[in-house]
Amino acid sequence: MEHTVVSASKFNAWFGDNHVVKDVSIGIEKNQVIAVMGPSGCGKTTFLRCINRMHELIPGATAKGSLKLYDDEVYTMNPIYVRYKIGMVFQRPNPFPNLSIYDNVVAGYKLNGLKMAKADMDNIVEKSLTSAALWKEVKDSLHKKGTFLSGGQQQRLCIARAIAMEPEVILFDEPTSALDPISTSSVEQLFHELKEKYTLIIVTHNMQQAARVSDKTAFFYLGELVEFDDTKQMFTAPSDVRTQNYITGRFS
Amino acid sequence: MKWETIFRRILIFMSIILVLIVIGILITLIKESIPSIKSLGIGFLWGKVWDPVSNIYGAYPFLIGTLLTSFIALIISIPFSYAVSIYLGEYNPKGWLSNLLKNTIELIAAVPSIIYGFWGLFVLVPIIRTFEAKIGVAPYGIGIFTSSLILAVMIIPYAASLGITLIRMVPSPLKEGAYALGATRFEVIRSVIMPFTRSGLFAGVLLSLGRALGETMAVTMLIGNTSTLAHTFKDLIFGPSNTMASVIANEFTEADHTVYLSALIELGLVLFFVTVVINLIGKRIITRFTNN
Repeated sequence: MEHTVVSASKFNAWFGDNHVVKDVSIGIEKNQVIAVMGPSGCGKTTFLRCINRMHELIPGATAKGSLKLYDDEVYTMNPIYVRYKIGMVFQRPNPFPNLSIYDNVVAGYKLNGLKMAKADMDNIVEKSLTSAALWKEVKDSLHKKGTFLSGGQQQRLCIARAIAMEPEVILFDEPTSALDPISTSSVEQLFHELKEKYTLIIVTHNMQQAARVSDKTAFFYLGELVEFDDTKQMFTAPSDVRTQNYITGRFS
Repeated sequence: MKWETIFRRILIFMSIILVLIVIGILITLIKESIPSIKSLGIGFLWGKVWDPVSNIYGAYPFLIGTLLTSFIALIISIPFSYAVSIYLGEYNPKGWLSNLLKNTIELIAAVPSIIYGFWGLFVLVPIIRTFEAKIGVAPYGIGIFTSSLILAVMIIPYAASLGITLIRMVPSPLKEGAYALGATRFEVIRSVIMPFTRSGLFAGVLLSLGRALGETMAVTMLIGNTSTLAHTFKDLIFGPSNTMASVIANEFTEADHTVYLSALIELGLVLFFVTVVINLIGKRIITRFTNN
């Protein structure tokens, strides 16, 4: 498929001897929102962190199998480049506390020592904050510390920071689990706008959220990818009994 | 009275005793310094001559000696304590090697200072002597430079063990945030860990400095105990000298009249103030750091 952005085949991941992702094969298409759900400890977050090679930062963590970004094997690419192309937003908002809002947005460039003209930088900041639906709220306080913002604003700042690098894919690791309902809905709304330009992969605990925001849903159980299908299909007529049990709340 | 009350009062009493001891020391220092303050005045601090035989007392050579040994020691020790902090805090925070290194570094602080003095005298001094002959200064072997080298080793654990703890405390979501933007490990250290721990690491350096200023035994054995200031900078660094602590240790037994003894005690008072202030500033920074 020419529209496939991220694809895995027979992909495995371990923490030491603990086999947490088992033989996962999946193809994720461009400009879609993919929800990844499953009970705690099912390997969904680990799989997500394998996609931008964050998994290997943990001592003892290993991975094997094929994982591609378009036609390139992620595990033979330079991890730095992989993380440019595949951005990530974390469970808890983590803006850099020593940087201003402005500097947080361009942190990816600054961290890597990329020099650029002030005007270009201003441009990136405005564009990214606008895409993250934060520009109007912060345009007059760009040089205040990012940590003064509310939790929801901080999370949108982190999204802006990821967007600023112009990635192909953005990974979200339970991005609203630390947010209040209003902030959650503002972030969810954002997903609909972001998918026009990016491919979003969202790990979530929350089934309603998966149903609300995603085009397709992947269900992980005990390290395996049990089912991957259109979200509507999955929530109305799942093909696997384990998915059925999870959705109907027989285990969580 | 109920046992609960008695027990609590014992605890309070014990704690108060400690505070009283410190205050008592301060009062003694001030009281015993009075004869010297009266007869020498504030000029004591910048008097360049220390000649007990002619009854002339000036603290300036010892102030210079103390500050020079401490700051040179600090400059030598900082790269080591920062390197160790970063390595054991970030690169290798767990495992037997990490624990072995951390314990060894903490052991450096546990070695009695007389042993450093001995080791310096028998091992370091001959090496320095050869080195001094090569660069063309009088090969005493003992002096400010030698003392600073030993002091540098002795103070590393103070900054390093605090540094290790602080760097391990950097929240991993912050580091991961930087990694996820494509930062390398070095960039994460430079742009996330360093700004986050800067003030704490500085406080560690201050604690080291406080320790260096007051260190007595090892320095007394290695500094050469000369109360006159050398004329050239080279001779000052490589020649024998004296610090406030070393002159007190060397001379208090022979201080045979009131002003002499009182002048030594006044030196102690100055040292007390300087180290207390430096420690307070250091502790202040640490408290502010750990509260955030």
